[in-house]
Amino acid sequence: MAKVTFRTDLCKGCGLCVNACPKGLLAIAADQINAKGYSPAVMTDMEKCIGCAFCATMCPDCIITVEK
Amino acid sequence: MAVVFEKPKSLADVPLHYCPGCPHGIIHRLVAEAIDELGIEGKAIGVAPVGCAVMAYDYFTCDMIEAAHGRAPAIATGIKRCRPENIVFTYQGDGDLASIGMAETVHAAARNENITVIFVNNAIYGMTGGQMAPTSLPGQVTQTSPYGRDVNHCGWPIRVCEMLSTLEGPEFITRVAVNNVKNVNAAKKAIKKAFQNQMEGKGFNLVEVVSACPTNWGMTPQQALQWVESDMLPYYPLGVYKDRTAAKEGK
Repeated sequence: MAKVTFRTDLCKGCGLCVNACPKGLLAIAADQINAKGYSPAVMTDMEKCIGCAFCATMCPDCIITVEK
Repeated sequence: MAVVFEKPKSLADVPLHYCPGCPHGIIHRLVAEAIDELGIEGKAIGVAPVGCAVMAYDYFTCDMIEAAHGRAPAIATGIKRCRPENIVFTYQGDGDLASIGMAETVHAAARNENITVIFVNNAIYGMTGGQMAPTSLPGQVTQTSPYGRDVNHCGWPIRVCEMLSTLEGPEFITRVAVNNVKNVNAAKKAIKKAFQNQMEGKGFNLVEVVSACPTNWGMTPQQALQWVESDMLPYYPLGVYKDRTAAKEGK
């Protein structure tokens, strides 16, 4: 069981983490807007996360923390 | 639960000013991770360039100094010669290093100054709004080459790693990319080695990181990383171009 946390207010919604996730668990939340005015990336199914940290590796703003 | 991945301590806890999807953030993190892992935060001195990374001094927690356009290797030379106990690195873009700063770069490499140069190549001038750079690809559309770069008129893009590797001086010259997870991990190893070489007093280290500029290329971040793979990497092949220690040991 892994845990991924996003510092959502720093997300710029670039979607590189969404593309990097091998399980396809991340998505850009089109119905949300963060403090910067972007639609942030969110985890859709934490149960299936394998904690590979690919999302965090590709995040240009270093807002993702992965625990396992 | 153990933490598998978190922000490195050498990267300041401030929002980066870069555009969404700009790989500068990834490369900043890789440099900060290398500084953390080698435990040199207290004695590292960075030299920030002119270009998008001009405010890098706000993002690294080690000592930083700002150089005039292209002069970072010259400033780094001065710092390293005065303070050989410190670890000195420059962080430069292609407009800074390969255009106005070409002389400083070539001569620092020829003198084999014991510094580390991180060279971010995104084939365009980012901060000034997307003009053609010395590294822009043939046919690439930019603000100053609206019909595509014409090599008969503007010349051919410069391959910095290949050029510097013909010099006797430099210790370690390599080209890496940050377009996917595998390449990011390889880039981290190369950057760490470039710092390690300096700590061992081996000489000039240059890591060229093939990067992207989604905003000025007019692409989404995903398209930009695909363009790196399909268009940039064939012209700028990845690999180690010079490694004097490995060559000496016959590897």
